[in-house]
Amino acid sequence: MKFTLSWLKDHLDTDAGLAVIVETLTRIGLEVERVEDKAAALASYRIAAVLTAEQHPNADRLRVCTVDTGEGGPPVQVVCGAPNARAGMRSVFAPPGTYVPGKDITLAVGVIRGVESRGMLCSGAELGLSDDHDGILDLPADAPVGQPYAAYAGLDDPVIEINLTPNRPDCTGVLGIARDLAAAGIGTLRRGVLPPVRGEGPCPVAVTRALAPGDDALCPLFALRLVRGVRNGPSPEWLRRRLAAIGLRPINALVDITNYITFDRGRPLHVFDAAKVTGDLTVRRARDGEEVLALDGRTYRLDDGAVVIADEAGVESIAGIMGGEHSGCDEGTTDVLIESALWDPRTIARTGRRLGIVTDARYRFERGVDPAFAVPGLDLATRMVVDLCGGVPTEAAISGEAPDTDHLIDFPWTEVRRLSGLDVSRPEMKVTLEALGFHVAGSGDRVKVLPPSWRPDVEGKADLVEEIVRIAGLDRIEAKPLPRIDATVIRPVLTVIQRRTRLAKREFAARGLVEAVTWSFIARADALLFGGGAPELALANPIAADLSDLRPSLVPGLLRAGQRNADRGSGDVALFEVGQCFASDQPEGQTTKAAALRRGTARHGGAGRHWDGAARPVDAYEAKADALALLTALGVPTGGLQVVPGGPDWLHPGRSGTLQFGPRNPVGYFGEVHPRVLRALDARGPVVACEITLEALPLPKHRPTKMKPPASLPEFQPLTRDFAFVVGRDVAAGDILKAAQGAERALIAGVEVFDIYEGPGIGADQKSVAVAVRLQPTDRTLTDAEIEAVSRKIVAEVARRTGATLRG
Amino acid sequence: MTDLHSLETELLAQVAGAADEGTLEGVRVSALGKKGAVSDLLKTLGAMTPEARKEQGPLINGLRDRVQGAIQARRETLAEAALAARLAAERIDVTLPVREGPETRGRIHPITQVMDEITAIFGDMGFAVAEGPDVETDELNFTALNFPEGHPAREMHDTFFLQPDRDGRRKLLRTHTSPVQVRTMRSQEPPIRVICPGRTYRHDSDQTHTPMFHQVEGLVIDRTANIAHLKWILEEFCKAFFEVESVKMRFRPSYFPFTEPSAEVDIQCSRKGGEIRFGEGDDWLEILGCGMVHPNVLRNCGLDPDAVQGFAWGMGIDRIAMLKYGMPDLRPFFEADLRWLDHYGFRPLDMPSLVGGLTG
Repeated sequence: MKFTLSWLKDHLDTDAGLAVIVETLTRIGLEVERVEDKAAALASYRIAAVLTAEQHPNADRLRVCTVDTGEGGPPVQVVCGAPNARAGMRSVFAPPGTYVPGKDITLAVGVIRGVESRGMLCSGAELGLSDDHDGILDLPADAPVGQPYAAYAGLDDPVIEINLTPNRPDCTGVLGIARDLAAAGIGTLRRGVLPPVRGEGPCPVAVTRALAPGDDALCPLFALRLVRGVRNGPSPEWLRRRLAAIGLRPINALVDITNYITFDRGRPLHVFDAAKVTGDLTVRRARDGEEVLALDGRTYRLDDGAVVIADEAGVESIAGIMGGEHSGCDEGTTDVLIESALWDPRTIARTGRRLGIVTDARYRFERGVDPAFAVPGLDLATRMVVDLCGGVPTEAAISGEAPDTDHLIDFPWTEVRRLSGLDVSRPEMKVTLEALGFHVAGSGDRVKVLPPSWRPDVEGKADLVEEIVRIAGLDRIEAKPLPRIDATVIRPVLTVIQRRTRLAKREFAARGLVEAVTWSFIARADALLFGGGAPELALANPIAADLSDLRPSLVPGLLRAGQRNADRGSGDVALFEVGQCFASDQPEGQTTKAAALRRGTARHGGAGRHWDGAARPVDAYEAKADALALLTALGVPTGGLQVVPGGPDWLHPGRSGTLQFGPRNPVGYFGEVHPRVLRALDARGPVVACEITLEALPLPKHRPTKMKPPASLPEFQPLTRDFAFVVGRDVAAGDILKAAQGAERALIAGVEVFDIYEGPGIGADQKSVAVAVRLQPTDRTLTDAEIEAVSRKIVAEVARRTGATLRG
Repeated sequence: MTDLHSLETELLAQVAGAADEGTLEGVRVSALGKKGAVSDLLKTLGAMTPEARKEQGPLINGLRDRVQGAIQARRETLAEAALAARLAAERIDVTLPVREGPETRGRIHPITQVMDEITAIFGDMGFAVAEGPDVETDELNFTALNFPEGHPAREMHDTFFLQPDRDGRRKLLRTHTSPVQVRTMRSQEPPIRVICPGRTYRHDSDQTHTPMFHQVEGLVIDRTANIAHLKWILEEFCKAFFEVESVKMRFRPSYFPFTEPSAEVDIQCSRKGGEIRFGEGDDWLEILGCGMVHPNVLRNCGLDPDAVQGFAWGMGIDRIAMLKYGMPDLRPFFEADLRWLDHYGFRPLDMPSLVGGLTG
């Protein structure tokens, strides 16, 4: 919403300066977005008389002028390139030190081709006022020398633009803004009286609201009046200037009047050239497919969601949004029909959006215009038409009536303090409400308040509190500490998943992975590859084709991110993300996953070549290490954890594993990304990944004490025995470890695999697995015979469980 | 006597002349070994008369002690020399680069870091962290929050919708974390103090908007919470978050469907040379929206607006991260460019806390 300071002062009697008004507007909730004060910006530009204009001695196209700047000093010498510079003319002069907006320079005393120049004679373009580069401004001979040009040219009316919140339709008119300012103590509202227009005879054009029962709300009221014998032409200077100042193009008086009242009162109107209207007018729903050529020169195809005003020839106007070209007013108009109506805000909004039409009328109707001002608005327009264009009005033809929006609010004054914490005296509260147009009835602690017809946003007590507090000023409320609910030290508040999420991120980052935050929606094809793509998780209106489906996994996003980095020259990528994934559109279908992805040689120990040994390409074990480190960091008891071969389809079938607590409780996966998936995502390997679902992990056991079990610190030396077992290639090392460990639980403290060998010396389908078993005696040193006995048990147990033999 | 004396002279000369451990050991064996010269002399003491022994004993034992001492001293000298020679030969190039450890390479995304900072501050003020699903119903995202039917936010051009189900109902991606407030109010008795951080979505993509972003909202419901408390909370938060002694904030009346009265909050700052500083200057920067929870919202959550009251606020996590840490653009937050993450990201052990400072 834009207006000028002088326009505001039509409605507000005030001595306040621009700065105070601007500050106050923002303070009371009418946020000022921009102030354009040309008088201030152009203060240095003054009207000057060109005394002489001689040919420049060294340049054909330049002239050396002497200028009377009106300051009483000697004439100032200026070098000027304008072809129209001539002795005796009046133009605009800027002294050195002046900023020139059209050129974005600041003037200095210069020497141009050997001649000193102390300032500049300016064109409209240089002042940023027009595109006219042809020459310097050529002012009438009576232009007062020495006066600021902006004031002379009528540019000294600052333009204020406010960012209006959608709840304040009343401030789509200057009057409403003035009312708010007056309530805030910035002057007095000028209350003009609008006596009704006395028309001569009935309006000859009848109006029918042809709306189905139940559709009444689409147009509760339609008022129309004919003014005969008008002379339409350009508006007076003051009106054209105001409209131009707020960015509207003056067209002709009749159209300008409707625009003026739209901004002055927030009351949109429409004018039809009566000569072009065929028969009577009907307000009805548009017919599907019906077309209208609108005033913007475009043809719109309507549907029955739109409301139109039609005559016997067809649609003449898209109700509340834009008139039709056919019956528009031009210089030839002599009889004009003025329309002032009420439209349903939602219908206007929907139609405007569907048609893509943004107009000042739509802006106001979709917020809700003052229903009580529809007929007075018609009278105001009629009066202006008669004043500016002459003519004789008829009586108004009024169909329907303004809906009764009155509602009383039972208001205890204490509500202001209760909600805001601010003490405002009762007289101040009452004065504020009344200044804003509210009626306050009764006395004592509770009063009845009637909001004005132009405030559809005010529903109840809280709204009245807002009115009082915003006018009083939110800055008057002093901050007050919010006491703790319980006077205790803060207790932990994070949930298990929140704690796991935080830990997972720190753990992965500590493992050298870099945290990515990727889109929650991915391409449908990607979602399908990772087990997603359910119809219920597809967006109806994706913003881009590759952001169409909610992600089932974090890995596709990381894969694509990894490849983007590789394409930029960083192929050794280690990324992770911890975030939401979606299995269904139900709340429980959303889980938190933690995924890590390594590409190239981005291993935990480092990437790339190095003098101390180059990093090998990543492999599935690297991903397994990430996954297990995560489980350890999260404090998940890994006693029951199983690692079984294979995983989801997006992993290499032979180089992947599933982490599970029993077959029904998989918690995550790790491995090499399937070559087919890489190809589909246009990514190159090697790429390994792991992904853990945080909700799937077993909950920590609640323990009544934080005490740890006593530490076992045996005083006897542990000893290690090595065994090389030859087994079939398909035997899992984990089974050998488990068998060895189980051979003598009390004594065996740990088993490690320290070598794997396949090749000459053992069978073609066999491998050698070398393990080191650590024995930890607890009560005495073991004898050789005892060690020998344990070794035999280990060999026997591993042989029994895996078919292993000791390597010879 | 002359024999003893010359023997000593000879042995000491041999000790002094031994150039290495091996030669010295040879000297020791030849003198003090089982068949050594000095050992032989010592053996003769047994056959002597007491008088002779009394005279010869100290002489021979003295000889043995002096030879032993000389060998010991020589051994230490040789060991010192050997060590010096070894050290002189052992050299590394200390300028060779070492591999960076994983904890040096890893990074925490600024969004995570800022969320942790926010949680630390509000946690200290007694707030819990509430979360909810990203896929929401129209009822929780709009209706319960007092968005009127036909509000523009409910349209396809503002909000992401999922495909309609068999009954024509369509879920949506939450446009704010306010549905979490509704879920909290419906499931918990006041007093309520929660913050609701999370991902939010709007159908918007340009230089300053991404279709996905992060928000944190706060909610306080009890019997007395009012705007004065709200101001205190926000001022304390801003001071703590931006790590400045004081901030000046401006509360501008504004409009949101779900609060009444509503305000937008600007924070005073200076902008010099592309650097924003809080607690000084005369620029205003909008950082959040807030207000008293609308009575209709309270009613929609089964609460009586005449019995309980409270306030809520919301701000963009990405936005305040940009303000605090100076990222110029929003879009790179979601592009996973290693160069950007390495530069703007945080180290894994940079864990924000109030006692230790949010940033080190």
